[in-house]
Amino acid sequence: MATVSMTVNGKAVSGEIEGRTLLVQFLRETLGLTGTHVGCDTSQCGACVVHVDGEAVKACSALAASCEGAAVTTIEGMANADGSLGTIQKAFQDNHGLQCGFCTPGMVMSAADLLKNNPNPSETEIREYLEGNLCRCTGYHNIVKSIQAAAEAGA
Amino acid sequence: MYDFEYVKPGSVAEAVAALQSEDAMAISGGQTLLPTMKARLAQPTKLIDLSGMADMTGISVAADSVTIKGATRHVDVERSADLRGVFPALADLAGGIGDPAVRNRGTIGGSVANNDPAACYPAVCMATGATIHTNAKQVAADDFFQGMFDTALDEGELVTGVTFPIPQRANYQKFLQPASRFAMVGVFVAQYASGVRVGVTGASESGVFRWTEAEAALSANFSADAVPTAPSADGMIGDIHGSPEYRAHLVHVMTKRAVAAS
Amino acid sequence: MPKDTGIGAPVTRTEDVRFATGKGRYTDDFTCMGLHYAYFVRSPHAHAKVTGIDKSAAEAAPGVVAVYDGHQLTGDGVGNLICGWGITSKDGTPMNMGAWSALATNTVRYVGDAVAVVIAESLEAAKDAAELVDVTYEELPVVVTVADATAAGAPQIHPEAAGNQIYDWEIGDEAATDAALASAAKVVEMEITNNRLVPNPMEPRAAMAQYDAGQDHLTLHTTSQNPHVARLVLSAFYQIAPEHKLRVIAPDVGGGFGSKIYIYPEEIVCLWAARKAGVPVKWTADRTEAFITDAHGRDHVSTAKMGFDANNKIVGFKVDTQANLGAYMSLFSSSVPTYLYATLLSGQYNIENIHCNVKTYYTNTVPVDAYRGAGRPEACYLIERMMEKSAKELGVSPAELRRTNFIQEFPHQTPVIMAYDIGDFNATLDAAEAAADVAGFAARKAASEAAGKKRGIGYSCYIEACGIAPSKAVGSLGAGVGLWESAEVRVNPVGSVEVLTGSHSHGQGHETTFAQLVSDRLDLPMDSIKIVHGDTDTVQFGMGTYGSRSGAVGMSAIHKALDKVENKVKKIAAHVLEAAESDIVIEGGAVKVQGTDKQMLWHEVGLAAYTAHNLPDDMEPGLKEGAFYDPTNFTFPAGTYICEVEVDPDTGVTTVENFTAADDFGQVINPLIVGGQVHGGIAQGVGQAMLEHAVYDADGQLQAATYMDYTMPRADDLPMFKVSTHETFCPGNPLGIKGCGEAGAIGSPPALVNAVIDAIGTDDIQMPVTPQAVWKAIHG
Repeated sequence: MATVSMTVNGKAVSGEIEGRTLLVQFLRETLGLTGTHVGCDTSQCGACVVHVDGEAVKACSALAASCEGAAVTTIEGMANADGSLGTIQKAFQDNHGLQCGFCTPGMVMSAADLLKNNPNPSETEIREYLEGNLCRCTGYHNIVKSIQAAAEAGA
Repeated sequence: MYDFEYVKPGSVAEAVAALQSEDAMAISGGQTLLPTMKARLAQPTKLIDLSGMADMTGISVAADSVTIKGATRHVDVERSADLRGVFPALADLAGGIGDPAVRNRGTIGGSVANNDPAACYPAVCMATGATIHTNAKQVAADDFFQGMFDTALDEGELVTGVTFPIPQRANYQKFLQPASRFAMVGVFVAQYASGVRVGVTGASESGVFRWTEAEAALSANFSADAVPTAPSADGMIGDIHGSPEYRAHLVHVMTKRAVAAS
Repeated sequence: MPKDTGIGAPVTRTEDVRFATGKGRYTDDFTCMGLHYAYFVRSPHAHAKVTGIDKSAAEAAPGVVAVYDGHQLTGDGVGNLICGWGITSKDGTPMNMGAWSALATNTVRYVGDAVAVVIAESLEAAKDAAELVDVTYEELPVVVTVADATAAGAPQIHPEAAGNQIYDWEIGDEAATDAALASAAKVVEMEITNNRLVPNPMEPRAAMAQYDAGQDHLTLHTTSQNPHVARLVLSAFYQIAPEHKLRVIAPDVGGGFGSKIYIYPEEIVCLWAARKAGVPVKWTADRTEAFITDAHGRDHVSTAKMGFDANNKIVGFKVDTQANLGAYMSLFSSSVPTYLYATLLSGQYNIENIHCNVKTYYTNTVPVDAYRGAGRPEACYLIERMMEKSAKELGVSPAELRRTNFIQEFPHQTPVIMAYDIGDFNATLDAAEAAADVAGFAARKAASEAAGKKRGIGYSCYIEACGIAPSKAVGSLGAGVGLWESAEVRVNPVGSVEVLTGSHSHGQGHETTFAQLVSDRLDLPMDSIKIVHGDTDTVQFGMGTYGSRSGAVGMSAIHKALDKVENKVKKIAAHVLEAAESDIVIEGGAVKVQGTDKQMLWHEVGLAAYTAHNLPDDMEPGLKEGAFYDPTNFTFPAGTYICEVEVDPDTGVTTVENFTAADDFGQVINPLIVGGQVHGGIAQGVGQAMLEHAVYDADGQLQAATYMDYTMPRADDLPMFKVSTHETFCPGNPLGIKGCGEAGAIGSPPALVNAVIDAIGTDDIQMPVTPQAVWKAIHG
């Protein structure tokens, strides 16, 4: 066991980990941040996307130990300070961009990463950017609309 | 996955030293290795993390070549303005690997060292006649890639960088395996004063290869119409997504498209 | 005009707040003191005898508290898994059901069949120990396809099923159908396969079992679409615990699509092991486990003949289907290729003579059961491919052939049980043609051809039977359960309303739509209404959510309970306000005497009911009413889907350029949610048609067992969809609802495949129409 320390959603945290502890396990099991989900074993589904030092990362394919000293943001850190839905989250609600909600945290985190790098993406750019995020409920139609709306709202 | 000791060295020298212990493995972005370890298909006792090491990251552009250090991430290659200015096809190739989150972690060194038969980087290495740098030697791409998942790397040796001669024109065309989105067939065409080189990934059971018939034809006449008929299907990969014949056909089509787009 | 939160209003979902902020709670998110983890030892062979299990090394491994095998399970009296719908073969014999133990004892029958379970302090410790369980197998020959199962000398999978046949069932009048085909001016024939699919809800299945020794009581958190059915089956058939000593909680569930209807071996084993080992036990499938244990869908091979008279009217339709049900009979598997399939073979058309023979077989593959649409996609695909092929052979347009044969008068009795109550098939076809700009297709095709591409357009006019289902009807057809729904409406003393429903939401948005019904009826704001579901200790009973039944059946039960609440509220108000009951109206958060200024605020009525200081003499205190609703007929959503594709002849790549859906779902409660259901269904249908295929090799190994090889639809595979609704109101339930959950998956595959066939000019192609398949079809 070793100790890892990082900042998660603005809060300094540390915990005991094994070498093999994945970032997603540290978040879910040690910190109880269960909004980050695990939907596959092969790094394809994107339900576990979080931001590490401001960049989208699949938390199922990153070792917790490698995030020593990093600033991590999860879905739990995406709401406004007053607890209301952040711009992207609100756009997903307004546009019915989620159904069962399981892929939603990863979708929101990927959308935020996209809009940071490309504030006015085209429909094609949005669809291509979501290559690493699977959704089985929405057919992506309303997810794309949600991200377009978030872009218009200046997310 | 099986447990292991995690080691984060500060330099290439420290990493190489750490790799000398038995069953130690290097991890760079981990985008291939971690899923493999999760499936319990690899069992290192010690994992040496190369990510973010100062002497392993960066892109430098010289007069006629570009050198990318081993732990440089795909996203950094994709977004390098310097690189895009002289060799846009390489930046585009990096920007098409995996998905955005994977590109934020995965590295050129990891891709080249792993030599997955469906990886993109080996195609550009072959098509440009790149030089692979390790902590111990420099190897021409033609000699480095030795078949699926097999390279000229010795035990405990690291890919520290790759130098690509800058072509006059180049383009990479990838036909996606529909499920994994890896290259089912990827063709990199690069034209130099000395001639044209064509690197093909995804297609062959022997891993990345140069399509020499196409190179000869295109060196004589660099046009899509000059691309020869499809190579033999013998030795091409056959799986649920494509037969050897289909892959051979796609090599032809993707080569034509790469020439037309370069 | 609808109220802004009433029936028909596009209300944004209340549940989205927790889902969008990461505060949803799915089964794997739950934990408890002393939690242990289960990991299953699974067969790597498709068919083998188990000649020995040596658990000793695993039992001694660090962190392990127990390693159990199937002999211990059956020794403790845990019952075999059952199929709950009995099908009778045409010779009058019952179906041949083979024994299925949650942990295999002497024989394993598919890759993934569980033979032992390790219970350990951590998941990794359980996995480490599982590798030490030494199972000795004696491999047996393998049956993968129906052709394998029926071959001479085929290996016998279950002793109960000679020749691997489960049943040989028929529906309709064979002699009359043969005669009609013999007299037909034209007979069109085709052979068609319906590819095997893996449902793939994004949340993998999971179960957490806790045993309270003091109360002798078990609690199961699980990924279920129907927790009460799970409790019933776990109690009545698997002898886990009597119902009053077993609580099943299905919390937030991340999609189901049918695959979470069934009670699987893992839940049974976790419950049994939690009591036996004396520790709470959690199991969560990894994705590969999901691929090899979640019930698969479809997998039919059929031959069909359709006869037409000289006026292009259909005179007869004859179908022979062989269905692969996998290694064991899953809970409702038997009903899927029979009553959920062949009863829909009349489609939207007036067909006097239909006959269908269905033979089902065991194979050494994952069990097959209902997956979104369940039987109806298979029927629709068969009919709608046949209509398009027939139109080409008859030299008429596909739309014209359909219009010629549409049922125009309702009710309409088909020759295959179903009595369609209402519909307007011309209306949805007209609407789809207009929205798809069919008139502009020729110009778009010319533009594609100028660019070296091929363009095609394909139709599908689907009908489905939903709102599953009238208990008496399904009972007469062999169902082991009734398919009513229950609801309870509680008005609290402060006026807030709780609705306890037996329906279960795993993405469908019931917390919003069901609340809209209450808001509409009682004119109350959404935030004073709570929808409670998914817990057998909280909700009275329920049959769960599948078969597009939550609106038509579940909401009808709420409607009935609301009738009773409204009735009592009016009685109380009439008494207190000294007015005639018939003058009382509920509006604006108050209960008023019409035409006067006399009123009670809504919460004052609630308080009056519970203080009981001033109620009519014969009235019980309280304001809580329950209802069970059992429909009298299925509902029949129908519509037209039109797909337009462009094909790259050099690579075989198909691009979906336009996808148009015009649906008749009856009353729409929330158009936002209905649109989302259609989008998702179409995506799954497009997935089946061009991407997804659960391919096995000859050894029974699933070749597409991860997302590296099973092609899930992604955002860039799909266009924006054009969807619209065109209502005829269902006369069979009080709300006029038909249901919308499955239509997209049912209607879309033939539209896409017909479009590809139109583009490439050959119908020698089967689903999925992958790039390779299309390229081969074009180039021979």
